[in-house]
Amino acid sequence: MLKSIQQLGSTTINRVNEVGQAGVFILKTLIRIPRPIRSFPLLMQELYSVGVLSLPIIIVSALFIGMVVSLQGYNVLSKFSASEELGQLVALSVVRELGPVVSALLFAGRAGSALTAEIGLMKTTEQLASMEMMGVDPLWKIISPRFWAGIISMPLLSMIFCAVAIFGGYMVGVHWLGVDNGAFWNNMQNSVDFRLDIVNGVIKSVVFGCLVTWIAVFQGFATVPTAEGIGLATTRSVVYASLAVLGFDFVLTALMMGGW
Amino acid sequence: MKTIEIFVGLFIIAAVAAMFVLAFKVSGMSPLTEHNSYQITAAFDNIGDLKPRAAVTIAGVKIGQVTGITLNDKSYRAVVTMRIDKQENNIPVDSEASIVTAGLLGANYIKLTPGFENQFLQNGDAIEDTHPAILLEEMIGQLMFSMKNDKAETEAETDNVAVQ
Repeated sequence: MLKSIQQLGSTTINRVNEVGQAGVFILKTLIRIPRPIRSFPLLMQELYSVGVLSLPIIIVSALFIGMVVSLQGYNVLSKFSASEELGQLVALSVVRELGPVVSALLFAGRAGSALTAEIGLMKTTEQLASMEMMGVDPLWKIISPRFWAGIISMPLLSMIFCAVAIFGGYMVGVHWLGVDNGAFWNNMQNSVDFRLDIVNGVIKSVVFGCLVTWIAVFQGFATVPTAEGIGLATTRSVVYASLAVLGFDFVLTALMMGGW
Repeated sequence: MKTIEIFVGLFIIAAVAAMFVLAFKVSGMSPLTEHNSYQITAAFDNIGDLKPRAAVTIAGVKIGQVTGITLNDKSYRAVVTMRIDKQENNIPVDSEASIVTAGLLGANYIKLTPGFENQFLQNGDAIEDTHPAILLEEMIGQLMFSMKNDKAETEAETDNVAVQ
């Protein structure tokens, strides 16, 4: 009994400690004198491996998600003979929720896990320590470009996701199910607001990008330097990032919908 | 390095293009700005379910949109601000504004019925002649009430006949 209470206490303290470490870690990464000319190529490289290489999975899943939403929505809407509203349904659900959230989850799986494994292996093989020996700050050289690349590419990926998903919904709705083309776009345009829907979606994806890359780089940096440790860190990175995205999505939606 | 930069550039361009698609094709972002439109107001007793961005029409043709709805503290009326396309600069000052519903359960919008004056609405003008929204619930309520009254009257009449 006493032991379990002790364990609970130590686990809690460890968790709080971990959160604190993550916070200090990211502050150390962000607060430093910018060296734009020397960090630009590093950022480019990371934008490529984090952003560009995530494009295929984002585009393909966006296409299928748009198609599925359209198909499902049509089935329900046609019961109320409101299938003309399909464009509105697809656009709102994609732009407000599915776009930012699903692309963030895919991003955590595709890019976040890779970042964690990469940094974890660097730590295990003592590359980070040797960099420090040579007077190169690993936070500047390794962490900072990856973090910024994640923050920059997440909203870009999310926007591409939204556009492709709506295109997928359009293909199924108009060309397959036979919803009127004009009604599809017109209902969509009447109901989607640029500021309230699209900009809010982009804000969401910026926040998700921050969360996912933060968790990924920290888990990589805090890896226990063993083969097992890397595996554990990668799993944790994806699990924590997904949970954080879903949790924050609720909070952000509540804020944006004027819940309080 | 060069090819990587090209790919990153393409990625960013694709994202910006997606943003434009979302802005113009999906949200139909209104091109009504200070320059190509003018603003008028109208005070209504009841705006029903009217929302900002609702359409303003003449004879069913969209000529502008609602930009804001506020409550006048003194008169307790809803003041609706609208932006009208500058091309439609010949709306008479005695035009009527009414809030109508698209279809039976559709969204509310503003219908302008042109008047006969030779003076036209300018930026900042207010439409005096307004008709509040027709609320379906109120109409049903009135209908029920009048039906009940009818029934009561006919019953009273038959009672009278019976007495006589």
